[in-house]
Amino acid sequence: MKKAIIQLEPLTCPSCMQKIENGVKSIDGVENNSVNVLFNSSKVKFNYDDERVTIKEVEKVIEKLGYEVKKAQVKDI
Amino acid sequence: MQKMILERKNHITVISGILIATAFISKLVFGNTEIFLWLLVFASFLGVTPIAIQAYQALKVKVVSIDVLVTIAVAGAFLIRNFEESAIVTFLFLFGAYLEQRTLNKTRSAIKELTEMAPESALKQMDNGEFEIVEVGEVEVGDILLVKTGAKIPVDGTIITGEGYINEASITGESFPVFKKRDSKVFAGTILENGTLKIIADRVGEDTTFGKIIELVEEAQDSKSEAERFIDRFSKHYTPAVLVLSFIVWLVSRDIELAITILVLGCPGALVIGVPVSNVAGIGNGAKHGVLLKGSEVIGDLSRLDTIVFDKTGTLTLGNPKVVQQKIYTDEFEKIFGYLSSIEKESNHPLAKAIVEYIGDVKAYPVERTEVIKGGGIIAQIDGHRVAVGNVALMEKENVYLSERIKKDILEMQNDGDSLVLTSLDGEIQLLMGIRDPIRQNVKGTLQKLKKLGVKNLVVLSGDNQGTVDLVAKELGLTEAFGNMLPEDKQSFIKNLQAKGQTVAFVGDGVNDSPSLALAQIGIAMGSGTDVAIETSDVVLINSDFERLPHALGLAKATAKNMRQNIVIAVGVVLVLLISVFFSEWMNMSIGMLVHELSILAVILNGMRLLRYRLKY
Repeated sequence: MKKAIIQLEPLTCPSCMQKIENGVKSIDGVENNSVNVLFNSSKVKFNYDDERVTIKEVEKVIEKLGYEVKKAQVKDI
Repeated sequence: MQKMILERKNHITVISGILIATAFISKLVFGNTEIFLWLLVFASFLGVTPIAIQAYQALKVKVVSIDVLVTIAVAGAFLIRNFEESAIVTFLFLFGAYLEQRTLNKTRSAIKELTEMAPESALKQMDNGEFEIVEVGEVEVGDILLVKTGAKIPVDGTIITGEGYINEASITGESFPVFKKRDSKVFAGTILENGTLKIIADRVGEDTTFGKIIELVEEAQDSKSEAERFIDRFSKHYTPAVLVLSFIVWLVSRDIELAITILVLGCPGALVIGVPVSNVAGIGNGAKHGVLLKGSEVIGDLSRLDTIVFDKTGTLTLGNPKVVQQKIYTDEFEKIFGYLSSIEKESNHPLAKAIVEYIGDVKAYPVERTEVIKGGGIIAQIDGHRVAVGNVALMEKENVYLSERIKKDILEMQNDGDSLVLTSLDGEIQLLMGIRDPIRQNVKGTLQKLKKLGVKNLVVLSGDNQGTVDLVAKELGLTEAFGNMLPEDKQSFIKNLQAKGQTVAFVGDGVNDSPSLALAQIGIAMGSGTDVAIETSDVVLINSDFERLPHALGLAKATAKNMRQNIVIAVGVVLVLLISVFFSEWMNMSIGMLVHELSILAVILNGMRLLRYRLKY
């Protein structure tokens, strides 16, 4: 399992948090309860199983939703 | 393609605005309704494109977002050939989003300024002895770094060579430069204003004091209170509910106009961002003024505060006792000072330290035998004499005669609130000393401000005797004072207050009093090293500066009030809009969208006021 923090461009729209949360949750290998979208600091935090999904794939999903990924940090847990 | 359109959203907004303006000019000035309609159709198409893309993306992840509501509404307006409405609504929606972005960046600016103070690079000594620029993330504990004038200190470390003046405002809030030389500690994020230093890295990255502060603030700005979590859950079901409602209205009334108006009016924008906006602005203000509030739960508790419980030593006082007065009853005081200093040097009691420091350098005598009397003092054999050092109880136990004159002196010193130390030589009193732990500067004024801010009880608890504690309480204007308290007594005292339904803050030492700090709704650790204070406190006062407490309290109250205002604005606007759509003639989709965007701006601007908050007195 890994823990990831993805820094996005500043979030401004009220419904983008929900969009990103649902988008990331729907990815196979992401631990559902761990997904947390932070509005003010514009970050997504979640845990994932690196054998089932890569951080690049998660980034792709978020970018497809229309939000630019600035930086991703991954730590072992 | 999708990405390209979204990136040019601002251009689209401008063009759509120009098209609408031209359309109205051609109708009102030239009376040309055909061009008017075509321009509006074009503006609608252009404007709805980015919104529709966002709506599509939202639906893909099963979210009924505001974009979905607006897209359906615009499509509906098209169906009934109301191009005026469709064009204006899309324009207002896009323009509103632009303004939201601008104003939100402003409210977040305080915290952003703080995080941008983080050092990015360092000059690290490589294996060949040369210094090279590396990213701060590559520095490890034990690395040797060079810091030049004007540069940020990249890590927490110790100076090995060099000296200079450092501005530590980012850590201590004190902007006056501090002189540092060999063996001084330096902190990440502080700025070397003058000089050149070679330092060895003690702590790097997130482990530095500055790193911890940033992490704390970043987490605090997005922490959610119970009320906020409720709003989150609520808004998840709210937008789909609006969609269903408008569909039902259409089924019943067969009035598309009414149905799509409801869609626009029901948008929940202000409700979703109202509370986080207050939160980020309030916490940002605190961060700028040396007050770190750990999240919105803390803001809520602090705003309801009834009682503040203070530890005395080290919190209200400096925790650094000093001899403030003495009476000498002998001519051979040099010898007595020598005896006393030699005996007290063997003890690490705070009062003993104060005496040794006060006497300074004198002739030392070998101490032959010492006996520590608990709660009394020390009895020692020195230079062939029996010397007793301690309080009045010890002297009585030693059967030392206290003359009327000495008794009078004792009484006077006690009335001053001093702790007494008597010295007897072979059963005769030689020396009386009054020792006091000075009260911190400006504590009295700070406490008065807290009272003005509505704190009902200010209580001091201390392990000292009741007399001393009473005097401190009287001098500072505290409401209650309790002496002879052990740490567990303090804990049960707080428990009692809480059982009576009070919200309690505890201000104390981060080490001894950690159970009380944890137990109180709000724990504020003081003076025991920045790190401990940061980790154990709910409210961190930078540099353990007591005088920042009123600002913290006032700010919490202002922020909590601001959040309530924003909830009222958001809910009120939606209610008024929905009621007026059924009961008034003038309400339509464009006005609805306008009011809506205005309400979002209103909550952001209202939140922004917190950035400028200052304590009034």
